[in-house]
Amino acid sequence: MELSEHIKTANVEDVTLRRPFHPALRGTLCVTSHHLLFSDRKDEASWQLLILLKNIDAIEKRAVGSSGTITIKCKDLLVLQLEIPGMEECLNIASSIEALSSLESVTEMYPFFYRPSHLTLNGPWGLSSTEQYYKQTERLWDRWRVSTLNSDYSVCPSYPSAVIMPREVDDDKLIRSARFRQGGRFPVLSYCHHRNGMVIMRSSQPLTGANKKRCKEDELLLQAVIDGSELGYIIDLRSAQQAQQARMTGGGFESKSFYSHWKRIHRHHERGKVVQESLIKLVEACSDPSHSVDRWLSKLENSKWLSHVHSALSTAGLVVECVERDGHSVLVHGSEGTDNTLLVSSLAQLILDPASRTVTGFLCLLEREWIQAGHPFQQRCAHSAYSHARLKQECPIFLLLLDCVWQVWRQFPLALEFSEALLLRLAQEVYASNYGTFLCNSEQERCAAGVKENTHCLFQSLLRPDIEEQYLNPLYEPTDLAIWPSVHPQSLQLWTGLFLRWTEYAQNMEEAREEVWSIVKEHHEQAGPDRTNNTLSTHCDTLTPFENLMDELTIL
Amino acid sequence: MEHIRMPKVEHVRLVDRSSSRRTQVGTLYLTATHTIFVGKGSEDRNDLWVLHSLVCNVVKHKASQSGYPLLIICKNFQVIRFIIPQESDCHDVYISLSRLSRPEKYEELYCFSFNPNVDKAEREHSWDFLDLKAEYSRMGLPNKLWHVNPINREYRVCDTYPADLFVPKSVTLPVIVGSSKFRSRGRFPTLSYYCKENHATICRSSQPLSGFSARCLEDEQMLQAIMKSNPGSRFMYVVDTRPKLNAMANRAAGKGYENEDNYCNIKFQFIGIENIHVMRNSQQKLIEVSALHSPSMGEFLTGLENSDWLRHIKSIMEAGLFISKAVAEEGVSVLVHCSDGWDRTAQVCSVASVLLDPYYRTLKGLMVLIEKDWVSFGHMFSHRCGHLIGEAKEVSPVIDQFLECVWQLMEQFPCAFEYNEKFLISIHIHIYSCHYGNFICNSQKERKDLCIKEKAHSVWLHLWEKKLDFMNPLFKPDQSQNQGLLRPSTAPYCFKYWRRLYNRFDRELHPRQSELDCLMTVKEETQKLEEELALYEQVKLIVHPKLKIKQALWSLPLDTSLANTPQDYIGGAPNVFTLQQGERESAELCLFGDQTKSSDADNSDQESGVADFSSHSSGEESLPSEDSVKDPDSDETGPNRA
Repeated sequence: MELSEHIKTANVEDVTLRRPFHPALRGTLCVTSHHLLFSDRKDEASWQLLILLKNIDAIEKRAVGSSGTITIKCKDLLVLQLEIPGMEECLNIASSIEALSSLESVTEMYPFFYRPSHLTLNGPWGLSSTEQYYKQTERLWDRWRVSTLNSDYSVCPSYPSAVIMPREVDDDKLIRSARFRQGGRFPVLSYCHHRNGMVIMRSSQPLTGANKKRCKEDELLLQAVIDGSELGYIIDLRSAQQAQQARMTGGGFESKSFYSHWKRIHRHHERGKVVQESLIKLVEACSDPSHSVDRWLSKLENSKWLSHVHSALSTAGLVVECVERDGHSVLVHGSEGTDNTLLVSSLAQLILDPASRTVTGFLCLLEREWIQAGHPFQQRCAHSAYSHARLKQECPIFLLLLDCVWQVWRQFPLALEFSEALLLRLAQEVYASNYGTFLCNSEQERCAAGVKENTHCLFQSLLRPDIEEQYLNPLYEPTDLAIWPSVHPQSLQLWTGLFLRWTEYAQNMEEAREEVWSIVKEHHEQAGPDRTNNTLSTHCDTLTPFENLMDELTIL
Repeated sequence: MEHIRMPKVEHVRLVDRSSSRRTQVGTLYLTATHTIFVGKGSEDRNDLWVLHSLVCNVVKHKASQSGYPLLIICKNFQVIRFIIPQESDCHDVYISLSRLSRPEKYEELYCFSFNPNVDKAEREHSWDFLDLKAEYSRMGLPNKLWHVNPINREYRVCDTYPADLFVPKSVTLPVIVGSSKFRSRGRFPTLSYYCKENHATICRSSQPLSGFSARCLEDEQMLQAIMKSNPGSRFMYVVDTRPKLNAMANRAAGKGYENEDNYCNIKFQFIGIENIHVMRNSQQKLIEVSALHSPSMGEFLTGLENSDWLRHIKSIMEAGLFISKAVAEEGVSVLVHCSDGWDRTAQVCSVASVLLDPYYRTLKGLMVLIEKDWVSFGHMFSHRCGHLIGEAKEVSPVIDQFLECVWQLMEQFPCAFEYNEKFLISIHIHIYSCHYGNFICNSQKERKDLCIKEKAHSVWLHLWEKKLDFMNPLFKPDQSQNQGLLRPSTAPYCFKYWRRLYNRFDRELHPRQSELDCLMTVKEETQKLEEELALYEQVKLIVHPKLKIKQALWSLPLDTSLANTPQDYIGGAPNVFTLQQGERESAELCLFGDQTKSSDADNSDQESGVADFSSHSSGEESLPSEDSVKDPDSDETGPNRA
């Protein structure tokens, strides 16, 4: 069926649009295959609102006399109301939105049709690859190699074609190890610490099962990772009890007797539906400003969202402690190794590695550790907080990552080259995008769908100098040190920029952000043209001590 | 000095609140004014000074294997843990400190012995720094409708009011006297804030002695005169800040609230702010939450919710917002009262003023506001802050709540305030520390009788001289939305936990880098560069200006050690993960050094800093419940209440 067949009424005149903090507007509403377009007709400089249909999470219809009202709830948490004269038109529009906002076929999605004049489809796609990371990381060259055993995605369908492995382990052993791990996700290198050469590996759970099966090759592989050093740490993102239970369904954990040089630490992390429901509850609490402070706090508590932030940052801190303070390598995994595993390992890298705190570095990190590492974006981000559809595989783990990064930025406002604006942009793009970056669930799927040939890359476009400027942190001051975040509940705050984005609260914060820029710009002008780059250079490597009572502009 | 049993104890250990492994060994000294801890083998920067008047409570704990723990709980929410090797020493320190921290007479307070190196003229100058007369004339007073009435010059009509009071010109002396007799403690309606633009005013008083049916013609005339002094409006609001139930209960005691039928053209309104006892208990719970040792997210949020603290802050903010909107948007005058008119009334009037008038969002403006609405109008600082040993039931964090309301506003309007959070916290400390004379006693009259101005110094000039520390780099006075009335959102998510106040000394809880400090430095440098450039163009120096600029940019000290401070990621679970002991210890010790250095740099403030209310917990719990039934609103009763 052609997409256009879903559209019974393409145009409606005299529609009233209501948005938070803006006066109601009257204009024309238009539905196309991928967009909802509203244009204010009266001015010559007409005002338009263009919404990707994929951004629409839920709609509610209501009849008022002969006209109808559609409430549109977007995945970026914006809520709009459209008053449409004519009941039939209203129902037609609503059914078009419903059908077109939940397309299942990847190649029908908008990124395959997005053709801006300033971008061309030829040329390289993406910013980084396993090979590039290997090339840049000199410390790896001696003991590690790039293996292309997965070039046809047959060993592990959710891994990229190339992975970094210890030199002394050959591909045959890897294949056996892959058979011993859920989804074939054998331990691969995720990060090598520039200070001491210790590594962070990630994988899925071993398939030990009820009979405590073992796999020699898997053991050898992990032994080769620590290369004769005494100890490595396995951070298992499940409680000890859950790991035990996993054996009943064929999963399991690395037992002490077979992996004698590895010490296992269990940290419980919620996953899947629980996290999705947290998001739903949190957004619901945020969109009802009428209740009392008590109700707000108990709803905030009840949503458990900040508890997830807390666990993610704590475990990432633990990984960093192992690597940086203790000088040991770490293997991180949960069950599938596609969600919390990626969350923890990428947060640990942000804390450890100054290179991942630049705009480019951060986007490369996301590309390697989330997109290429096979986080199933399409499944996880099919719906956001408003949808009434029955939940399948939705889970806002990526949003949780962005929230954790935001928390780190609040605590180290000078340490990241990018600003909150980049995180907000990503939070939006991951759910609905003009670009192909977050399409599909793995490299294999992207390959099959021809994503790289037929869509544009978000990350490349974000790095265009005129675009990148919007996402820079004016106060950026690189530091080589690890930035250990505080994980005390008193230090973690609600991400108001995201969750209260469409409230009046956000407006004043915008003013503050502009003022920060203007102070910094004024400084650059005074300091002369040779300093017009956007960093303050050695200026205040200000890891200020504590007597400093000033800090942020945010909540709880 | 006679109270000091033990001036010096060696081998005392100072233990960090969050981790018992962060320990310093040193010598403890007791002086007439301070407890001093000097870390062993380290430079002077490891000194810890605690002013006795900031100590809220001293607690001995059960002996541990390493010695005898002694806790000093301070009014600035700092908790200091010492472990003293000998039991007798510990006991002597405990007895000495218990006495030293509980002065019985005003004369024992630190402000009377604090003697900075300044002469008499300078001291007098410090008191002249703020001038309330100038403040009223800034508002546009006196004018043809309002004047200063000399009736209270000798504090005869009302001994808790200031000497100079603004009343409508049309009001005669018998009306004032009559009205004052009809109000609790003689606190008749008088002007607090005047809005030049539309002549609307905020007036304040105590509750009327109306009982169930009593009337007072003079009081009714007084309100009528206030209403008429705002020619543009046809009515005025009378705002009773108490919960209706409390106000009604007061009627049984011959007090109560205005009957709309008896007063012409008033609109009467209750705003349910709870009384001082509720607030004291609430803050006590909040402090307990802030002091939890690695709580889970859920425990923290639930504790915060159960304390009700943010709910109370919200109710004060809403009251202030109601009044400021009445004045600015409706152009209607408002009379505010509670019971005695010195707690909730002070809170609400001053919050409304901050919302209404951008001047109060400047450094000097906030000082003037506190001086006017709190100090001059007889907020009982010594009772509420427990300056002297006395009635625990009189202690209540009323002024804390006002400062917190201002902080909450700063969070919502980051560009609207000239001052920063540090300024509020410094004021908080000085209110409790008795370092300066401003907040001693309970009324202007008491301060005059005690000759405070001759014997002690004023804090305002001291704070003004440090103003560079207190500036908000984001302040944009010219921005339209920062002028005129601030309209804060009172949605519940806008009220946040004030970490910097309650966890100020838990250093690992705070951001390691400060955006605002960095911005302030940038701003200062920009200014310096501008000046240098101007100078360069004037003198036409041969030196290339760039050279100088570079120098200025590199002038900041680098302190990177703190970023690299791991946190407790293990969450107290003992067996999971241990690092090499030595490694951790060394890192943490160096960290510790930094803290004390910072307190040193922060000058006397931090030493003097202090106030924890945990000491009052027993007092609250023992509050007879009947008491609150009989007089649910006894919050603002003075010491000599019948």
